[in-house]
Amino acid sequence: MSELRLMKGNEAIAEAAIRCGTDGYFGYPITPQSEVMERLMELRPWESTGMVVLQAESEVASINMLYGGAGCGKRVMTSSSSPGISLMQEGLSYMAGAELPCLVVNVVRGGPGLGTIQPSQSDYFQSVKGGGHGDYKLIVLAPASVQEMADFVELSFDLAFKYRNPAMILSDGMIGQMMEKVELKPQQKRWTDEEVAQMHSWATTGKTADRDRNIITSVELDSEAHEQFNNRLQAKYREIEEHEVRFEEIDTDDADYLIVAYGSSARISSAAIEILREKGLKVGLLRPITLWPFPTSRLQELSGKLKGILSVEMSSGQMVEDIRLAVNGKVKVEHFGRYGGVVPSPDEVADALEQKLIGG
Amino acid sequence: MKEEIIIAGFGGQGVLSMGKILAYSGVMQGQEVTWMPSYGPEMRGGTANVTVVLSDSRISSPILHAFDTAIILNQQSMDKFEPMVKPGGLLLYDPNGITRHPERDDINIYKIEAAEEASQMKSSKTFNMIVLGAYLKLKPVVEMDNVLKGLKKSLPERHHHLIPMNEKAIQRGTEIVQEVSVAGV
Repeated sequence: MSELRLMKGNEAIAEAAIRCGTDGYFGYPITPQSEVMERLMELRPWESTGMVVLQAESEVASINMLYGGAGCGKRVMTSSSSPGISLMQEGLSYMAGAELPCLVVNVVRGGPGLGTIQPSQSDYFQSVKGGGHGDYKLIVLAPASVQEMADFVELSFDLAFKYRNPAMILSDGMIGQMMEKVELKPQQKRWTDEEVAQMHSWATTGKTADRDRNIITSVELDSEAHEQFNNRLQAKYREIEEHEVRFEEIDTDDADYLIVAYGSSARISSAAIEILREKGLKVGLLRPITLWPFPTSRLQELSGKLKGILSVEMSSGQMVEDIRLAVNGKVKVEHFGRYGGVVPSPDEVADALEQKLIGG
Repeated sequence: MKEEIIIAGFGGQGVLSMGKILAYSGVMQGQEVTWMPSYGPEMRGGTANVTVVLSDSRISSPILHAFDTAIILNQQSMDKFEPMVKPGGLLLYDPNGITRHPERDDINIYKIEAAEEASQMKSSKTFNMIVLGAYLKLKPVVEMDNVLKGLKKSLPERHHHLIPMNEKAIQRGTEIVQEVSVAGV
């Protein structure tokens, strides 16, 4: 039996990172996620598993340390919050272009600019549409509990290595700062150098006589060849879209109305659904767990029998665009959001659904 | 059972750690729990608050705008949270430093002279445990055995010698809590 403990979402990220055998963490402090590195420093994993924990001189340095570590086939990660993640976008584009696996955790705060340190979900576009330059995608997972903060660390690494692609955990100040019960998995061993060389034939593990040099790069000056490379990336993205969509449904079987919400907003919305169901309204929740790939097909399936969809986000309306694309005009889609660090209450969400989808 | 609590006061009064001990007590009792702190600039010297939810089933929202119980330890928090107690709910406060006492007649109001008592016990750090004791007397949502286990879990080992003193403070809180007014029917 694994242990049951009470901890913050940020601390769960740190504990899970060590336990799943992460090789290196490189980061720079920023509220509301500083507990990730603080907990790692307290736990001193370099003495137990050999994991490297390093405070870099900046976010730009952190992401480039990830590039180096990932190029060697290591499990490497960083965490930051919105302004810091913006600084990392160039590096993320390079890693997507070089097809390097890594984990980036964004504990989102309100923007734009330096903004506020309170929770927000206004980095959705940045996370799922690119953020950096070029035609690329991140695999984006959105935890809605402290347990998922822990679980998604290993899941992100698994997906990142399976597809040789950067993965992101898109959380926010609420999930990062709150404490809940969490069950941690037992300690797993880090990969040995031999295992890395065997599993990741692309990694720069040192040239051996039986293979060519491995080169990690995102540059290709021959346009035709670069288009071919882009085609390969796109084929990979279609494969991810086909196989890796994850979502949770609550009370959708008999639902006339659907709330679509992820992370913190999904928690608040599920309380709103309790309020609305007590009033006799049949409301369900679709909670995307992967924001990219987005549960487009499931929304298409559900849209036929729904009278309306409400997207609830702590932003001025970002994910709502993907919902509208998915249902393609078949059903009314409205948005409700608070932003700039304001967290809506379940009552506000319930009122918004009634006003926007029913009363009006 | 579901109990939604806000604990609010000044930074340094032990608001967050009191919430943590309560949450850990819930874990020991096999309950679902969430602990959501204010973590803004208010942590640095101003007001601090934490929302704790204890429940027998899965907890939906950890952030709430209406509470079964408000534990209020300064005037700013009184102004902010008195209106957010659900009708029939509980407001527990320490009158020390309170200039405007609670006025609602649709909630149950109790007071705990915890600051005064802590100074008599010659240990200001037991303040929050006296308040916790008062709360548990009024709403025994977790068994005392589990509170002591929760206390042990949430204190680092080097502070375990302080457990008997904290236990005494909790006990004292259960003894000296006073009714102010109960909800009108």
